[in-house]
Amino acid sequence: MDYSDLIERLLNNEPRAAARLITIVENDITAAEEIINSIYKYTGNAYILGVTGAPGSGKSTFISTLTKILVEQGKKLGIICVDPTSPLTGGALLGDRIRMKEHFTLNNLFIRSMANRGQLGGLARATEDVIKILDVYGCDIVIVETVGVGQSEVDIFKSAQTVAVLLQPEVGDDIQAIKAGIMEITDIFVVNKMDLPGTDRKVAEISQMLELESSFKYDSNDFSKEFTKIRKWTPEIVKVNSKTGENFDIFLEIVDHHKNFLKETGIIESYEKNRIKNETLQILKHKLAKKVEKLISSNSEIEKYINLVMDKSLDPYSMANLIIKLLGIE
Amino acid sequence: MPEGRKIKVLVCKPGLDGHDRGAKVLARALRDAGMEVIYTGIHNTPEDIVNTVIQEDPDVVMLSMLSGAHNALCPVIMEKLKENGINDVLVAVGGIIPDEDKPFLEKHGLKGFHGPGTELKTIIEFVKNNLKR
Repeated sequence: MDYSDLIERLLNNEPRAAARLITIVENDITAAEEIINSIYKYTGNAYILGVTGAPGSGKSTFISTLTKILVEQGKKLGIICVDPTSPLTGGALLGDRIRMKEHFTLNNLFIRSMANRGQLGGLARATEDVIKILDVYGCDIVIVETVGVGQSEVDIFKSAQTVAVLLQPEVGDDIQAIKAGIMEITDIFVVNKMDLPGTDRKVAEISQMLELESSFKYDSNDFSKEFTKIRKWTPEIVKVNSKTGENFDIFLEIVDHHKNFLKETGIIESYEKNRIKNETLQILKHKLAKKVEKLISSNSEIEKYINLVMDKSLDPYSMANLIIKLLGIE
Repeated sequence: MPEGRKIKVLVCKPGLDGHDRGAKVLARALRDAGMEVIYTGIHNTPEDIVNTVIQEDPDVVMLSMLSGAHNALCPVIMEKLKENGINDVLVAVGGIIPDEDKPFLEKHGLKGFHGPGTELKTIIEFVKNNLKR
């Protein structure tokens, strides 16, 4: 297929072209390859802000209020809302727009709902590609709202420059705050619903957790060295009220602060490198998995191996090694 | 249709109509039929709906109307879709649509007209069989 017309229209900031290209990259990975190949050189202008948090913590409402402020400042915004796909039927109910209704008619705003289509980690396979399309579409900021996450859906920090995690008062105790996963990837902790009791206690719990974190820095192994941004930046905490917009100015100041921090320390560069590495790894995994699936369904050797494993004269690990040999990529 | 393609449906309630049980049941049923359903809630203006169609690029728009304002609102929505060059989206209206209003709405390109008591199966089949792309 030839996508040059759509891409031309995307470069002219035409919303329908952006929307159609997003549909195509969501549905067809081969087409996605072709499209990203042609637009990649125009990417890199948008700032990516990730918003994550447990279901019901107020992500959509928070983003809605934030949107209002940023659009009033004259920014062009892209918003990607990821919701879960049913593992049983493959269908999805995407309801984030309900809370963003006020903004439907704005020109400098593009909201897109995405189903995660079974991908773990809080995002969809095509989320990276959709970010790029909205970047080329001319968005100054792209906000990515993840699936309502538990404790380990952390993929967002591989895609976003700044990650805000939403928490709410009176939910979870202080042990939740020192568990691994979501709490480790956060640049800004947002305690939402600050009008509820227990807000200050939540803030105190997080700041205690952060103190612990900073006094135990020595445990960095290779993995954490790779993602230095979480080690060098001390996460900030802010309490907000998404219904009234209270303290959103402070939140935006912190975002700016973090943005400058990344630039001044040069971390943004190593961050970019990691992002590219991660994204390529994802693509490779996908491509290799396709190859392996094709091989397994078509190669007659495989059937023999399976029988050997059934006889217990081969084990699954050894069979995997034999398949790697067949692929010729050892 | 590429192998990863999912049918994307926008379910919405235009105008001053708060009765959305039907829309929710429908959204849920279409989800269970393997479709990706966006529900935008109640009190959508025609502009809201058309802007959402532009951004979300759905295959189907399902308007749920029990307020009696279908003759006023539906043609406006169709007109605005046309203005934006959108002609490959199936637009269906359901809810309380009297028989005598159907020819008028059909003339404006609307389909469906599923009312109370329709089996969900019927609506799912209707969506699958009437896609425009």
